[in-house]
Amino acid sequence: MRGFHLYFRPKNLGDAIAVLNSSGGQILAGGTDFYPALGERLPQGDVVDITAVREIRGISVEEHYFRIGGLTTWTEIVRSPLPRCFDALKAAAREIGSVQIQNRATVGGNLCNASPAADSVPALLVLNAEVELLSTAGARRIPLAQFITGNRKTRKRADEILTAVLVPRQCEDAASAFLKLGARKYLVISISMVAALLESNESGSVSQARVAVGSCSAVAGRLAGLERDLVGRAADPQIGSLVGPQHLATLSPIDDIRATAEYRRDASVTLVRRALQACVGST
Amino acid sequence: MAAQTPTSPLQSQLISFSVNGRSVDVSVSGTRRLSRVLREDLGLTGTKVGCDAGDCGACTVLLDGQPACACLVGAGQVAGCEVTTVEGLASRSPLQNRLQDSFLAHGAAQCGACTPGMLVSATALLEKNSCPSEQEVMDAIGGVLCRCTGYRKIIRAIQQVNATNQQLSPEAGAAVGARLVRLDGQKKVDGTELFGADEIPEAAGAVRVVRSPHHRARFRFGDLDGFVARHAGISMVLTAQDVPGIDRYGVIPRFADQPVFAHHEARYRGEGVAAIVGETGAVEALDLHDFPVTWEELPAIQTIDQALAGDAEQIHSGRQANILVQGRVVCGNADQALHESDAVVEAEYETGFVEHAYIEPEAGFARRVGDCIEIQACTQSPYMDRADMAKILGIAPEKVRIIPTAVGGGFGSKLDLSVQPFTALAAWKLKHPVRMVYSRTESIMSTTKRHAARMKLRGGANRDGKLTALDFSADFNTGAYSSWGPTVAGRVPVHACGPYRVPNYRALTRAVHTNLVPAGAFRGFGVPQAAIAQEQLYDDLAGKLGMDPLEFRILNALDNDSPTATGQVLGEGVGIRACLEALRPQWQSARAHRAEFNAQTCTPLRRGVGVAGMWYGCGNTSLPNPSTVRIGLKSDGRIALHQGAVDIGQGSNTIVTQICADAVGAPISQFDLVSADTSITPDCGKTSASRQTFVTGKAAYLAGRKLREEILKLAGACQCGAVEFGNECVTVVENGLRKAVDLSSLPLDQHGYVITSEATFDPPITPLDENGQGSPYAVYGFGAHMAEVEVDVELGTVRVLKVTAAHDVGRAINPTLIEGQIEGGVAQGLGMALMEEFFPGKGENLHDYLIPSAGDIPPIESILIEDASPIGPFGAKGIGEQAVIPTAPAILNAIHDAVGVRIHKTPATPDRVRAAILAKANGGTLG
Repeated sequence: MRGFHLYFRPKNLGDAIAVLNSSGGQILAGGTDFYPALGERLPQGDVVDITAVREIRGISVEEHYFRIGGLTTWTEIVRSPLPRCFDALKAAAREIGSVQIQNRATVGGNLCNASPAADSVPALLVLNAEVELLSTAGARRIPLAQFITGNRKTRKRADEILTAVLVPRQCEDAASAFLKLGARKYLVISISMVAALLESNESGSVSQARVAVGSCSAVAGRLAGLERDLVGRAADPQIGSLVGPQHLATLSPIDDIRATAEYRRDASVTLVRRALQACVGST
Repeated sequence: MAAQTPTSPLQSQLISFSVNGRSVDVSVSGTRRLSRVLREDLGLTGTKVGCDAGDCGACTVLLDGQPACACLVGAGQVAGCEVTTVEGLASRSPLQNRLQDSFLAHGAAQCGACTPGMLVSATALLEKNSCPSEQEVMDAIGGVLCRCTGYRKIIRAIQQVNATNQQLSPEAGAAVGARLVRLDGQKKVDGTELFGADEIPEAAGAVRVVRSPHHRARFRFGDLDGFVARHAGISMVLTAQDVPGIDRYGVIPRFADQPVFAHHEARYRGEGVAAIVGETGAVEALDLHDFPVTWEELPAIQTIDQALAGDAEQIHSGRQANILVQGRVVCGNADQALHESDAVVEAEYETGFVEHAYIEPEAGFARRVGDCIEIQACTQSPYMDRADMAKILGIAPEKVRIIPTAVGGGFGSKLDLSVQPFTALAAWKLKHPVRMVYSRTESIMSTTKRHAARMKLRGGANRDGKLTALDFSADFNTGAYSSWGPTVAGRVPVHACGPYRVPNYRALTRAVHTNLVPAGAFRGFGVPQAAIAQEQLYDDLAGKLGMDPLEFRILNALDNDSPTATGQVLGEGVGIRACLEALRPQWQSARAHRAEFNAQTCTPLRRGVGVAGMWYGCGNTSLPNPSTVRIGLKSDGRIALHQGAVDIGQGSNTIVTQICADAVGAPISQFDLVSADTSITPDCGKTSASRQTFVTGKAAYLAGRKLREEILKLAGACQCGAVEFGNECVTVVENGLRKAVDLSSLPLDQHGYVITSEATFDPPITPLDENGQGSPYAVYGFGAHMAEVEVDVELGTVRVLKVTAAHDVGRAINPTLIEGQIEGGVAQGLGMALMEEFFPGKGENLHDYLIPSAGDIPPIESILIEDASPIGPFGAKGIGEQAVIPTAPAILNAIHDAVGVRIHKTPATPDRVRAAILAKANGGTLG
């Protein structure tokens, strides 16, 4: 065993997965979760800083997917020209911490950190996003809904890098909205948050509905029952009135210093209604 | 011999980047936080560290032009990048000088700890957008927390960067009343101000404290010598047995009960049990998990009820029933008067612990100089620190020198000792400078809090609207040690009736010990909590009588001739009625607007308008609290002002000088400031109790008048002559004749001055008798706030739309600085009303503990009333604490006005407000 820990900063993806595999080190990307978690301690073990790996930064449009590199920052998401279905994700990006955080924090980091209050997760869930993981053993793809398995738990192995978030090119013109509820304006951890995506057909009824809620269970989740109930309904300002507490029964909010579980359930119903109303252009 | 771990487990490497246009190479670990590299390796201490977690933004720098928190960036990540810190802004951007001037002119920098982060964030915005909207400015600075200013002056300074800012230089005799730029301002905007953590003595060692992880625990040490031997670079471990003097300190000597290190049993989570001293790198690299201590967690008392239960264990022997102290003020017969009143309202209110959350965590260093110890740290109370440190070290007070640094916010908590005993003990033993910087977690877990309170009250009034009686009782959770608990218990009963005539009054208080972090002084010493109860009760009384809440208060306002609850007749300067009346036009129009708004039915938003009054005595409660100011006329004709009031951002350096300048009749530019340092400035007491403008200001006034008299005497002139200050001479002009005195030829006194003038002022007060009757304060400040809010009834969220704050300040020595105190007080009051509650053991950081951000503070309109005090300098009264008291109750009253619910436990978080709304809708009794 070496007497000290090393810091690696590979310049390309191949080197990055190789050094990650050989060192067993911890990944450092935007640093906005890495450093707070350290507190007063120094890193325990080797660190693989992947921020010089340019291949996995930025957004590209492929035949079937939008490919968002794992190292893409939230500021880049906000500034990128993206279709309407990304409005919720952009709104979420603007709510992540502060400008300082958005300039550094990465899409991949927010997912791998797997906080129940990760602002981007509901918005990516309604985009049916998948994550791409790469290691020396090869690449694999997992739907985001299966990737995060619990509070701070994912299916990413220690030797894997989240190289991209893939958003299927479906319902690009669908309306989407994101609402975050916190006890102050900036730099706030959500009490609850909701992302919604609605697509309607020529006759003005909902053809596809996706709704996800965060901060109200260990892992943010979609409201499948509500989504089913929404399909076929008129996409008009009354759409929110359909939503009832029963639609949020799958959530398992907790009491914490930010709010009571009871409040989270109650407020989330309101947020879901409003997010749907925002999608149809009425608040 | 045991194998030693290396000093640092991280390998260093050479990293090259550019800082402020200069190429630098550092040899550090690639994971070392950029904030540390800048401050400790490159000496660029303008970048402040407030949290090490991206929660406060104080360390914001530009990375290739983009703002980032330097605490969240690894050194290796900036290889090849361009880093710009506050020190480099001026050379980077031509707008920077204008921005700094604008910050100064608007009073946008108070303590200055957030200022570098604000300037850097603003620069990034202004480089893209030279004319930003208010919203754009808020978005840009939303990631930087400020605890002093309330943000509004910062926002204005950024928006008005292109306006011309003329720096005032008032003529002799015209300093008082002028909007003078703070005299210590330049350093705060160019990054050169030195706070507690900013001076790093060469080869200074470091100290790290081992703290109890449990609210209450017995502990035993293992092999401490072995621990030292195993760790290279660690020199010693200090414990209770290493304290040479009396190991019992406290801000009020009679109640001193706190040890430097716990003896066998820790009484609260965060209490220190040992300190590890060594080389900085070695101390930084420590993982305290292998420190040889075993803990046995014991049942802890956390609530007032647990502490008062008959079978409760006693936390301090000799303090029966865990009661530290009781307070009492009684006049008339409250029970009988309530019985006979036309309307009676009863209520209970609770408030939580509140964290000071100054942006600068505690920091400083100590060094031994022969048989003396010098302690340089951020503090609000140098002479009190000196007395306690002399006791702890077992040496004479004269052997202890306290040198306060600039203080990055205090609000009461930096009155108590923090780093001082640890650094001093270590430096004393090591004979080598030792430095300590609290982490944010350490600061929150171990330093004092605003007391949590539980208040019960009954109030009565008659059909004519006159208050008849108030029966008030309150218990305060004072935590494990006394700190300022006695002051809170003593001050609240004097003030709990508010600034009104209440003929029958009984106020009883208790400060109750628990196994929680000590509660101490926090802007208002318990009075803000009492105001939350009493001002909501008065609203309900007015409601019961069908009266307008503002008119009810105006009708009952205290006046010059009516006695206070302690039987004191102030005679002059009771400005509460004027404050309330100043709000009347805005009150009427705001109430009309909200009625119009609420007539709409298609929205879940409801608006409300609330008001609350305040009074607050300046200085210690019925206790002496003198200030002594020394001024010296130098042989070059300049004037040295030795004023020991610590400026914690509130502006005493400037205010005291303005007062002194007009007392002497000299221009401000003639003065050289000699700031607090126990070896060179006399004792001006502590910066607390809203006493520096009043008490130290008055001492400066008296010393100034005396100097003027001496100069006139020297020139053989009568007392009506005018004095002109020149180079090495003073000239007295009398009846058109000029008499010049050559100062360079005159002998110097023991202080090195041609003339030294010293004056002491101690406010005239009397002790309180067993019923709390007497004159506890010589001067009170008065005020009233009006809050306009919007409540989302479906979510329970509250947005404050505007606060209008009228304050009787006696005389506004510097209106800009007073507005700064008011706006900052409003921001803290808003936080207390809506979001701030500290739960001991949970959320010891600035993302779980929320203070208002730039987007939470509404426009604040200050109305200054000048009803002169007959005692204060030029009529001035205090404003520091006065400003925070009425905001929270005004907001809570506005919530009630909007949605008809009373929030009985603050803060009024969204879940509590929503629960109250639902309870009311379901016919509950919460309303």
